[in-house]
Amino acid sequence: MSEIEELISQKILILDGAMGTMLQEYKFTEEDFRGKRFADWPVSLKGNNDLLSITQPKAIAEIHRKYFDAGADIVETNTFSGTSIAMADYLMQELVYELNYESARIAKEVALKVTHDNPDKPRFVAGAIGPTNKTASMSPDVNDPGFRAISFSELSAAYKEQARALIDGGVDVLLVETVFDTLNAKAALFAIEELKEELSIDIPVMISGTITDASGRTLSGQTAEAFLISISHIPLLSVGFNCALGAKQLTPHLEVLARKSDFGVSAYPNAGLPNAFGEYDQSPKEMAEQIREYLSRGLVNILGGCCGTTPKHIKAIADIAKDYKPRPLKEFSQPETE
Amino acid sequence: MIEEKSTSKSTFLKGKQERFLKLSGLEPLVVTPESNFINVGERTNVAGSKKFLRLINEEKYDEALSVARDQVEGGAQILDVNMDDGLIDGKEAMVKFLNLIVAEPDIARIPIMIDSSKWEIIEAGLQVVQGKCVVNSISLKEGEEEFLDHAKKIRRYGAAVVVMAFDETGQADDYKRRIEIAKRSYDLLTQKANFPPEDIILDLNIFPVGTGMEEHRRNAIDYIEATRWVKENLPYVSLSGGVSNVSFSFRGNDPVREAMHSVFLYYAIKAGMNMGIVNPALLDVYDNIQKDLLEHVEDVILDRRDDATERLLTFAETVVGTAKESKTDLSWREKPLQDRITHALVKGIDEYIVEDVEAARENSSRTLDVIEGPLMTGMNVVGDLFGSGKMFLPQVVKSARVMKRAVAHLLPYIEEEKRTLSPSGGRGAGVLKGEEYWRTADPEMYWAMKKFAREMRYEKATQTEQVLWEALSDKKLEGFKFRRQHIIGPYIADFLCLRHRLIIELDGLIHQRPENKKSDEERSQWLNAQGFKVTRFRNDEVEKNLDEVLNKILTILKSRTGEEALPPPSGAGGAKASSTGRGAEGHGGAGKILLATVKGDVHDIGKNIVSVVLACNNYEIIDLGVMVPPEKIIQTAKAENVDAIGLSGLITPSLDEMAFLAQEMERQGFTVPLLIGGATTSKAHTAVKIDTQYSNAVVHINDASRAVTVVGDLLKEKTRGDYKAQLKSEYETFRKNFKKRGKVKEYLSISEARENKYQINWEKTEIIKPNKPGVQVIEELELEKLIPFIDWTPFFRSWELHGKYPAILTDEVVGEQATSLFHDAKELLKKILDEKLLTAKAVYGLFPANTVNDDDIEVTAEELGAKNVIFRTLRQQLSKYEGKPNFALADFIAPNKTGIQDYIGCFCVTAGFGTDELAKKFEEDHDQYNSILIKALSDRLAEAFAEYLHKKIRTSDWGYAPDEDLSNDELIKENYKGIRPAPGYPACPDHLEKLTIWDLLKVEERIGVKLTESLAMWPAASVSGYYFAHPEARYFGVGKITKDQVKDFAERKNISLKEAQKWLNPSIADE
Repeated sequence: MSEIEELISQKILILDGAMGTMLQEYKFTEEDFRGKRFADWPVSLKGNNDLLSITQPKAIAEIHRKYFDAGADIVETNTFSGTSIAMADYLMQELVYELNYESARIAKEVALKVTHDNPDKPRFVAGAIGPTNKTASMSPDVNDPGFRAISFSELSAAYKEQARALIDGGVDVLLVETVFDTLNAKAALFAIEELKEELSIDIPVMISGTITDASGRTLSGQTAEAFLISISHIPLLSVGFNCALGAKQLTPHLEVLARKSDFGVSAYPNAGLPNAFGEYDQSPKEMAEQIREYLSRGLVNILGGCCGTTPKHIKAIADIAKDYKPRPLKEFSQPETE
Repeated sequence: MIEEKSTSKSTFLKGKQERFLKLSGLEPLVVTPESNFINVGERTNVAGSKKFLRLINEEKYDEALSVARDQVEGGAQILDVNMDDGLIDGKEAMVKFLNLIVAEPDIARIPIMIDSSKWEIIEAGLQVVQGKCVVNSISLKEGEEEFLDHAKKIRRYGAAVVVMAFDETGQADDYKRRIEIAKRSYDLLTQKANFPPEDIILDLNIFPVGTGMEEHRRNAIDYIEATRWVKENLPYVSLSGGVSNVSFSFRGNDPVREAMHSVFLYYAIKAGMNMGIVNPALLDVYDNIQKDLLEHVEDVILDRRDDATERLLTFAETVVGTAKESKTDLSWREKPLQDRITHALVKGIDEYIVEDVEAARENSSRTLDVIEGPLMTGMNVVGDLFGSGKMFLPQVVKSARVMKRAVAHLLPYIEEEKRTLSPSGGRGAGVLKGEEYWRTADPEMYWAMKKFAREMRYEKATQTEQVLWEALSDKKLEGFKFRRQHIIGPYIADFLCLRHRLIIELDGLIHQRPENKKSDEERSQWLNAQGFKVTRFRNDEVEKNLDEVLNKILTILKSRTGEEALPPPSGAGGAKASSTGRGAEGHGGAGKILLATVKGDVHDIGKNIVSVVLACNNYEIIDLGVMVPPEKIIQTAKAENVDAIGLSGLITPSLDEMAFLAQEMERQGFTVPLLIGGATTSKAHTAVKIDTQYSNAVVHINDASRAVTVVGDLLKEKTRGDYKAQLKSEYETFRKNFKKRGKVKEYLSISEARENKYQINWEKTEIIKPNKPGVQVIEELELEKLIPFIDWTPFFRSWELHGKYPAILTDEVVGEQATSLFHDAKELLKKILDEKLLTAKAVYGLFPANTVNDDDIEVTAEELGAKNVIFRTLRQQLSKYEGKPNFALADFIAPNKTGIQDYIGCFCVTAGFGTDELAKKFEEDHDQYNSILIKALSDRLAEAFAEYLHKKIRTSDWGYAPDEDLSNDELIKENYKGIRPAPGYPACPDHLEKLTIWDLLKVEERIGVKLTESLAMWPAASVSGYYFAHPEARYFGVGKITKDQVKDFAERKNISLKEAQKWLNPSIADE
């Protein structure tokens, strides 16, 4: 059993906050994004945040560092869009391995340094595997509901490529996140299982879905419990929800997971709901107070922030969380896969 | 067999979550040992359905989808999809169809069973469905390697699997082979493919019996026995199969097949089969199978005789002719259009009504003719049947539903025709007089009833006349002399008291209808002119309530003895009542009735039934729903210019609300009648507390079927004056008698009553400490567990079908209707269970407690993480016979001065989360019937939950009766030890204590059940109360209490006297 698997039943683990929000502060220009290496790239690269791991590695390392300093136990790699499917927008399919490998390496380096400075608090890196920009169980064309823009095999091949690079780059855990279509997530899990078998390794996997609206369902229509059942065939470090909703709105759905699952439960909500300008403006204190509810009800094992959250939010959350025990896990349950 | 290495990581097997088969579509399906049989829909199978094959072949995917949708709506919980046909590209068809299904949330909500014998089709299917599917199927047919390879992949795709009992040598066809292959498959899957056993579904092959071949004789019994073996020896697996195979040799004889399926399932399910493919249309209820058929079928299924097959074959010939009419019989669809419409209305079948009225519309020049023609003809039949007692309330409500759907379909056409007919073309301007009522009016049962009324008068009334005559003849009624069938002028009076010039007329159930009225009125006028007063009674009044009828006659007689000359103030009461000016004779005398459940109250089943019945009689109903504040009622009544206001309520504080409203109506100069109904209302309360507040008509209506006549009498211009006067004097008399009766009672002072408390010998009492003290929450109880605890009798009562369950099902009069209602209820219940439409939650707690100061129970809960509270109980004060104690609930808890630590419990259960949403959905669908049904069912489930929880408390959580072994019947009769009285009910009529319970258990925070300002619980289907464990604890009624206790209570509770009076009002004796 890995270190992180042991820790999860001892304390509430803190995940970092938003990468995108932090990057906005650097106000990188098109040129900054391109750097020297991609100066002549045929399409605009501004907005390709994942690319910054190659062109602005210091900024990425700095952000990781800030989150660790705020009290995070785990930071996520800067690889939310790191699949050949999402990178197709920038014609960078060929760079997927390098992007993920570099991102993982940068984060791991920071983690090792911080751990070295304070060995009592080991730090971890989660390889972030985003949902891609295509969905496997919904048609993009309302007039042709049977059409699919992407297939399961295409997805799992892309996820496999990303996961392999993340593992090679040194991540401690894989995080399949912001799942709005469970079938995409299943393709990712399928790929990870294949990879584990091929590489003869075991690596913990976290999964985090997204409840997109007040009806309490994922974008692809599943209830929280149906989502849980659909992804429970793989041993998981944790299952949870992130994004789309604020901490408060997420509570009932976390409760379902806490009640119906043997896995750890994670939550990293947005900083409230977007205001009229589409910005997330919930204060760290307010967010932490809402998260206190999860804690007092013993719903979670892993906590962090998504859109709009900053190191201040993470610090506020970490400060509150240290007074609470994690949701009890009888023991870490894991069907063997050897 | 879960493999040795799992011991090191045994948590996988012993996690908190139990090992249930869990599947998902958009919604979860969790199969627990308590789950009912899981039905797999099988019509979307090209191998099994010619129709589906044709649709796929012709690429008619829309229609193919509707086949799937029908399956889901028909109750399938898993959808089997099979595209194995030589002529189609199975892989492509599977992917295409599944992709389309996924886009239909109403289908995709259930899990998919991907059914194919080709692995590539299965894998293609697995790649397009997000939920956890079932693969159907894999087997050892091609050897272990392929078996394990496929199993591993299925696992990786996150699906469960059906394993056929098939191996390298062939299909298992006897007991030994079945269990041998089952065990081998199970061991391989769990040990070598790391397959969780709960995700394995074994199909042990159902083969036909009764084929005439010796080797087939044990086909069914071997399957059943093998199923039993698997259930006992291979933990966590599910067992499935295709049931219709078993009756294969009896094709063409559906009654026999149905019986065979039922018998087979009856035994197979007992043995452990928990899912399968069953065509519900080909299934009879086991208990309903004719005795002799059952015996013959069981002989074959269970292989009980050598000649079983021949005997069944011979017997089957006699059964063919007597195929059951219901369910599958659609022969009525062959009949002429009018007959079909009538049939649909009478039977309450709404499936075809739109199709039929559409056909009728096409044949009519005006759409309105469809309503006035074929639909009315059908409703006339309904009216006749209802009137003659051959149809009952639930059926009528169902007929109303069909009518509503039909009218809803026609309305747009009628509107359109109006527009084109209208000279100005403007909306509304050209509305034809007399047609507007279709807008809101429902089934026009009104004409039907009119016809019936006529028949009643001339054909059926005589027997009732006889009854009344028995009571009136020979000066039996306080010496007044009556004559019978007396001729006065051109008329014959039914009964006549000549001296006081009073004529009594008897009518059928529905009388006050224009055409009848006309002659009746002429005659009344003529008789009035001659100085006679004519009073009418309905037959059913005489039959059911002779005493009340006699009372009324007496009141009138007495009023006439003094003031003979004074004619009744005809019409005076309605002087201001311009709101009824729409004219009773117009189109059906429709009036606008406002109905509301008063502020703070949430119960509305009775109100909804009244609403439907009145709507059926062409009244326009404005239903304000539940918890309606008085201002809103007043305001709406004014704005809508309503003709009557009906108030409903179930809990006692609602009585005061009603009185308050009456007062307000008086203050604001209302003249319209006020109708009072609901479970706690009574004639006494209405007469004493409400009627006195309002100078216009007030009437208590305690059953829906009376509502029509009462409202009719109240609104008709010609009758309302008399009727109001009659009501007023009736209530006056009632008040007098009531007060007289009240005076006879004597009360003890509260201190005297305490002296006479119930004494328990505490020294000799063995007090059991609860096993689980403190607060417990049940977040979501499997509703299945509640079924055996349901007390059905009150359910029938809410539909005005009186009698005890189950005897009511075979009752001579209402049996058939009760059975049909019961059937519908069970069907809806099954839907509720299958789709988890309702959520049952509970919070309860057991705490140390002692009685202090005679009547207070002090609860020490702080150490258990709750708040210390004190329950205030009320004590009986009625002066009793020597030796009879004056009870209070506090008597059942050891007083603190005994030094003995005693305990108390309290609880709140609900089964009402989801009810309102469902009811609303039904209403939107013009389905009042199911809307009422769902509410009645939720109430029953909540009560059942209270019973279930009480049992759990007695036998385990508190555990003071661990060995209790009572049948459900005994439970319903409450034969157990200890009681669970509820605040607001006789033993503790004070609702305020609910607040204390809420405080102690944090009910709202924990399970979301709220208290309204009148302390009604929301959701309505909730029950709360206390637990007393002492064997001598018993239910009693506090009855009336006197002012000294009210004062004492106010002081104990530290509330103002006024507030105490407000809450205890219904219990305070008039002194």
